[in-house]
Amino acid sequence: MSETYRPADADQVQEIVAWAVAEERPLEIRGAGSKRALGRPMEVCSTLDLSGLTGLTYYEPGELVLAACSGTPLSVIEAKLGENAQRLAFEPADYGSILGGTAGQSTIGGVLACNISGPRRIQVGAARDHCLGVSGVSGRGEAFKSGGRVVKNVTGYDLSKLMAGSYGTLAALTEVTFKVLPMPEKTRTVLVFGLSVSEGISVLGQASSSDLEPSGLSHLPAAAASRCSVGYVTQPGDSVSAIRIEGPAPSVEARCRSLREMFEDRGATEELHGHNSSTLWREIADVDLLGEAGGDLWRLSVPPSTAAGVVDRIGAALPSTCDAEFLFDWAGGLVWLDINAAKDAAHELVRDALAASGGHATLIRASEEVRRTIPVFQPTSPGLAALNARVKQGFDPRGLLNPGRMSAEY
Amino acid sequence: MRMPEPDQSVLAARDTLIASLQSIVAEEGVIWSENQLKAYESDGLTAYRQLPLVVVLPEDTRQVSEILKICSEHGAKVVPRGAGTSLSGGALPLADGVLLALGKFNRILEIDYENRCAVVQPGVSNLAISEAVADQGFYYAPDPSSQIVCSIGGNVAENSGGVHCLKYGVTTNNILGLEIVLMSGEIIRLGGKHLDPEGYDLMGVMTGSEGLLGVITEVTVRILKRPELARAVLVGFPELEDGGQFVADLIGAGIIPAGMEMMDKPATHAAEEYCQAGYPLDAEALVIVELDGHSTEVDHLIGQVEEIAHKCGASSLRTSQSEEERLNFWSGRKAAFSSIGRISPDYFCMDGTIPRRSLPEVLKRMAQMSDRFGLRVANVFHAGDGNLHPLILYDANQPGELERAEEFGAEILKLCVEVGGVLTGEHGVGVEKRDLMGVMFSEADLEQQQRLKCAFDPEGSLNPGKVFPTLHRCAELGRMHVHRGQVPFPDIERF
Ligand SMILES: Cc1cc2nc3c(=O)[nH]c(=O)nc-3n(C[C@H](O)[C@H](O)[C@H](O)COP(=O)(O)OP(=O)(O)OC[C@H]3O[C@@H](n4cnc5c(N)ncnc54)[C@H](O)[C@@H]3O)c2cc1C
Repeated sequence: MSETYRPADADQVQEIVAWAVAEERPLEIRGAGSKRALGRPMEVCSTLDLSGLTGLTYYEPGELVLAACSGTPLSVIEAKLGENAQRLAFEPADYGSILGGTAGQSTIGGVLACNISGPRRIQVGAARDHCLGVSGVSGRGEAFKSGGRVVKNVTGYDLSKLMAGSYGTLAALTEVTFKVLPMPEKTRTVLVFGLSVSEGISVLGQASSSDLEPSGLSHLPAAAASRCSVGYVTQPGDSVSAIRIEGPAPSVEARCRSLREMFEDRGATEELHGHNSSTLWREIADVDLLGEAGGDLWRLSVPPSTAAGVVDRIGAALPSTCDAEFLFDWAGGLVWLDINAAKDAAHELVRDALAASGGHATLIRASEEVRRTIPVFQPTSPGLAALNARVKQGFDPRGLLNPGRMSAEY
Repeated sequence: MRMPEPDQSVLAARDTLIASLQSIVAEEGVIWSENQLKAYESDGLTAYRQLPLVVVLPEDTRQVSEILKICSEHGAKVVPRGAGTSLSGGALPLADGVLLALGKFNRILEIDYENRCAVVQPGVSNLAISEAVADQGFYYAPDPSSQIVCSIGGNVAENSGGVHCLKYGVTTNNILGLEIVLMSGEIIRLGGKHLDPEGYDLMGVMTGSEGLLGVITEVTVRILKRPELARAVLVGFPELEDGGQFVADLIGAGIIPAGMEMMDKPATHAAEEYCQAGYPLDAEALVIVELDGHSTEVDHLIGQVEEIAHKCGASSLRTSQSEEERLNFWSGRKAAFSSIGRISPDYFCMDGTIPRRSLPEVLKRMAQMSDRFGLRVANVFHAGDGNLHPLILYDANQPGELERAEEFGAEILKLCVEVGGVLTGEHGVGVEKRDLMGVMFSEADLEQQQRLKCAFDPEGSLNPGKVFPTLHRCAELGRMHVHRGQVPFPDIERF
């Protein structure tokens, strides 16, 4: 019998997990469920739905710190921060639409559990870098907390980091605390048109190695650029390399000028202001610019300078019956890859392509069948896999929380 | 300070252990004579001293792995040590423990400008990394005041910060990859040159693990281009509250400086005497605000900072007009600890973090405590992020003063937790704050942390006696207390 439990507070979460432990009943942990299709499919009858744990528990704009119950919608948090001209600087992306649902559903707990960041990750860090503390219930049915409500803190192990990217396999999070930052006065984006992948990534690398402090560095091949809803981006009908600059107005203007001078002999340049700039980066973050067909979608994290080589190798190895499209963020360090009509999402050749240079590939979207058959997350060395399994054992010895979501072994 | 009872069988087998270690590293890499061991008897927290059983100095990962295997076989404990500047006793030796000193393990392996990172061995000093990439205009951002000597391995183990971490983050935000060796001798690589390591974020928990989880044998750090310009503003305020208001107003105006430091009057006076930095001696609060970045931005923000300072009642204000002047502003702050060392025979450096708005209250209550304990206190403060360093002045040669100073320190840290802060912002728990962990964490919190340790070091041989007030065996921690047969939650919504 399948049953969903929707607790209203942390005590009830603890009660349910303790009961599940006693009954040895596996639990699927979910917030709003917007990322349920990410990860290995699970055979679980009982669901622990955390979307009832809502509300801000602490927000002091002057301290730049915000805490909220894990089920609080991200949209609620962003609205509240917006009232004070603040934001979550790691720019949580919204995978709602690429995962077949609708945008705007994410909860703050889910953002942390999947360690989801956006283009600004390259400058300010990921969700894991901005998380200051967590409370949760382990798979032992015990409530615990880690971290605190201040930015500088090294008291005890940093278990918040461990929760980031653990996809609900270690604990059911009940409350999370984040550092927040002021919104910049001005944002602009410099575009350079018509560069090949390797030229584009070299331009992004040059900007990244400059003292101009870019907060977004993305390269869109022509196909991806053509889907952008900003006219300036689509008009030339060519590839676009985009560099975002944020800060006080005079500084943004001066830095954009420097960038355009730096790249004027590489290609035509353009500058996006205000709304156009934010639309472009929202579409990059949410991966809205790749194949409408909805093929298998990979997220690759690689050393930036190797990105062009990696996509070349993948392109060369793919059978001619498959279509592949790419999009680059994080100065090349993040590669989104959409593949159509490949057997088992072409996982072997994708992972072979980055074996030499290091990095990892995660299959963000694929059919349940494919996600059951192949490793969704990058397989690791046996030693590291065993260590991960022991870490899981320490939090969830009976393997009850999101069992099998990250790995068949733990 | 109570440490775990030495294991008599390990003490008895010392000679065999020394011989085994000598078979791994060169003869001079094993130190066992008492007068040579003396050099390692304490770290930066000199109040506590203990001779180690033996010191071993490996030079590569394979040696570290073999040493840990041998120690595991002998049932010997291991204490990793970088440069020994820990202020919390993290590298304090154990009588029955091998001190694994990583000072010789000090090569820069690779500088990769294309990927903006450097791969280094753990014994490389923090500053040496910045120096190695300086000719290309790069640097490694976290800059602890001890950066000339402290090792990058120690920085990772302590998750160290620096005066610029307000804008650039602490160690954990600036590393990409680690190689670690477990107590079993197993070598594991985490992350690499890419962002966000795969699987569980074990790099995140290794950072700040104080040598209890694994030995760090390689670190990949991010390097950044040096900002075009940095300028500092030195502001004096007639009252501490005004200084606090200034900091709050800057942040309220959306300005996040590269660094923002505050000193109280006693700290300012000591620093000025030592460095002649030109600090205003009448100020109750002295604030240094540094802005860096594009010159247009720095000059623009400097104007705003000056305006806010005047509005908050600044009694003096100077803005650096040259690089030399900027460094001069910092010289007193950077030497704050040493200058206190000159006006007092001994001092304890505390390290709590508080919500910024509690600063006036915390300082007031600390002044009352200072009267009560009859000990002076000077304060330096990473004002931007609420990390407070009260320096408690005492004289260990006066009977009872050390104990009074320890008690005073403990009260300060309890106060930090009481106002919503934490025990340690960057120096680590070590032995110093170990017995205060219960002030911040419940037994369940601490047990969950120790279960993480069990995954890395099931026998508890790596740096025991640090961080955790009570040591549990992993078998005991793994036991489940299951209550069956409850009526499942009548009040909880279900469908
Ligand atoms: C004058 C002075 C100023 C300071 N200023 C600052 C500051 O501004 N900010 C700050 O954060 N700290 C500061 N510190 C504290 C100290 O310098 C840092 O904690 C530093 O990171 C310690 O590095 P170390 O190499 O000296 O490590 P050690 O003191 O040798 O060791 C520290 C801890 O790390 C472990 N360890 C060391 N190396 C390894 C390794 N390779 N693998 C596993 N574990 C290891 C040890 O077991 C120990 O627990 C200061 C200290 C002094 C004396």
